[in-house]
Amino acid sequence: MSEHAVVAEGVGKVFNAGSTDQVEALKGIDLTIEGGEFVSLIGPSGCGKSTLLRLIGDLVQPSSGRLEVNGKTPHQARLDRDYAMVFQKATLLEWRTVGKNVQLPLEIMGVDKADRERRSRDYLDLVQLGEFVDHYPWQLSGGMQQRVAIARGLVFDPALLLMDEPFGALDEMTRERMQMELMDIWRRTGKTVVFVTHSIPEAVFLSTRVVVMSPRPGRITDVIDVDLPQPRTFDTRESTPYYEKMTEVREALRAAGVGVE
Amino acid sequence: MSLQHDPDVLEAFDADVPGEPQVDVSRVRERLREVAPAIVLFVAALALWELTVIVFDIKEFLLPRPTVILVTLVENWAEIAKAAFATFKEAVGGFVVGAAAGALVALATARWTGFRTGVLPIAIALNSAPIIALAPIMNQWFGLTNPVSKMAVVAIIVFFPVMINTARGLTEVDPAEIELLDSYAASPSEVMRNVRIPSALPFFFAALKVGTVLSVIGAIVAEYFGGPRDVLGVYITQQASLLHIAEAWAAIVVATVLGVAMYTVVLVAERLIMPWHASFRDQGA
Repeated sequence: MSEHAVVAEGVGKVFNAGSTDQVEALKGIDLTIEGGEFVSLIGPSGCGKSTLLRLIGDLVQPSSGRLEVNGKTPHQARLDRDYAMVFQKATLLEWRTVGKNVQLPLEIMGVDKADRERRSRDYLDLVQLGEFVDHYPWQLSGGMQQRVAIARGLVFDPALLLMDEPFGALDEMTRERMQMELMDIWRRTGKTVVFVTHSIPEAVFLSTRVVVMSPRPGRITDVIDVDLPQPRTFDTRESTPYYEKMTEVREALRAAGVGVE
Repeated sequence: MSLQHDPDVLEAFDADVPGEPQVDVSRVRERLREVAPAIVLFVAALALWELTVIVFDIKEFLLPRPTVILVTLVENWAEIAKAAFATFKEAVGGFVVGAAAGALVALATARWTGFRTGVLPIAIALNSAPIIALAPIMNQWFGLTNPVSKMAVVAIIVFFPVMINTARGLTEVDPAEIELLDSYAASPSEVMRNVRIPSALPFFFAALKVGTVLSVIGAIVAEYFGGPRDVLGVYITQQASLLHIAEAWAAIVVATVLGVAMYTVVLVAERLIMPWHASFRDQGA
C-alpha cells in the first residue's frame, strides 16, 4: 500500500469549547504512520493520547486540522471497518459467550453464520482460548478476557488496530506474556498498530516508533525510533540497547516537563 | 470442593465441563440447603400462630387458627377455586397487557430522544397516582360485570413500573459498549438489539416481578368496587361481613398462592432468557 495508514496535520481538539470548563486536549498534532508500523503514544494522564486514538477512530471529532486513515476520512474508514478498537477494559458483552463475543463484529457486518463460527474459532485459537468458546466472560480471568477482546478485534481482519492501554489493568506477569503474544500476532499479520500506554518498558519493547506526548495542551514533543532487532524476544528485555532506548524515552518525557514515574 | 470454579483454576486446568451428572446432584443438594431455612421459619411461624390462638383463647372471628383455615379451604374448595380462577384471569390478562405496553413504550423512549424527554416525566408523575382509584371509572368505561374493567386497572398498575424501569435499563448502558458498537459503524437498531435490550432485561424482569404482586392486589381491590359475584374480592368482602373469617382467610391464602405462582413463572422465564446474569452464577465462582 502506497498510502499512509494514518496522517494527522495540525490536529487540535477542544472539549466544551466556549464554556468555563473548556479543555484543550490536543494542539497542533502532526503525525504520519506508515502501514505495518507499531507506534506507541506515551505520556502522562491528560496528555490527550486516548483522545488522539479516538480521533483516528472517528469516535471523537477534531476541532481543527485534518486527519486521514488509509487515505480516507476517519469517518469513511470507520464505515469501511478499516480499524478495530481494543480498550483498557475488555468490554465483552456479558450475555454472550466468548465465541459469540468474537463473532459480534462479523454479525454486524453481515457475515454468514458458518463463516462467523469458523473465523471466531480461528482467532480464539490464535489467542490460545479455543477451548473457552462456550464459556461466559465472567468465567475468565482478566488476562483471558483481554485476549478475547484482541481476538474480537482481529476477527474481521482490519488493517489497523487502535489499542487504548489494553494491558493497563493486568498484572505484570500477565502483561509481559500478552505483550509477547501481541508482538507475535503483529509480526504474523503485518497490521498497523497504534498503541496508547503510559508504560515506558511496554512502549519500547513493542514499538517501531514511540511518540512522546505532554499535557496541557496535549502535544507531541518527541518521536523516537526504536530500531531494536526483530523478532523481539525475552532476551530483548535484558539487552543493553533496550535499556538505552528506555532511558532515551524517559529523558524525552522529562525534557517535555513530565515527571517520570 | 470440585464445584468451585476459581478463574485461576480455570486457567490452569482446561477441563471444565458444566453439567456433569455429579455436579447436578450436588447442585440440587445445594439448593435444598438454601431453601431449608425459609421452610423451617415458615412452619415455625404457623405453629406459633396456632399456639398463640389456643393459649390466649383468641376468638375465631378475630383470628382463626391455620388448621381451621386449611379445613375451611378444603370444605369450600369448589366455590373458592371458581372465584380464584376468575380473579386469576383478570390479573394475568391485565399483567400481560400492561407489561407488553410498558415494554413497547420503553423501547420507543429509548429509540427517540424527543419522545423520552416528553413522556418520562409524565409517566413518573402518573406512577405516583393512586391508580386503584380509577377502578370505578373503569367500571363505567368497560361495564361493571365485564372482567375487562378489572384487567384495565391491573394493566395500568403494571404498565408504569415496567415502562419506567425498562426505559432506564435501555438508556443506562455501559458507554464503552456503545463506543465499541460505534467503532463497527453499527446502526441504531443493531445497538438496540446487541446492547440496549440485553442490558435492560434485568430491569425489565425486576419490574415484572413487582408487577405480578401488584396485579393480584389490583384485581382483588378492583373487585371490591363491584362486579361479578364469583371472584375473590367479592368472596372475601362477603364472608368477612358475615363474620365467616376463616372463609375470608382461606380466600386470602389462595390469592397469595396466585401471586406466588405468577412470580414463579416470571422467575423461571428470567432464568431461561438470561442464564448469563450474575444473580444465577454458582456460589464460589
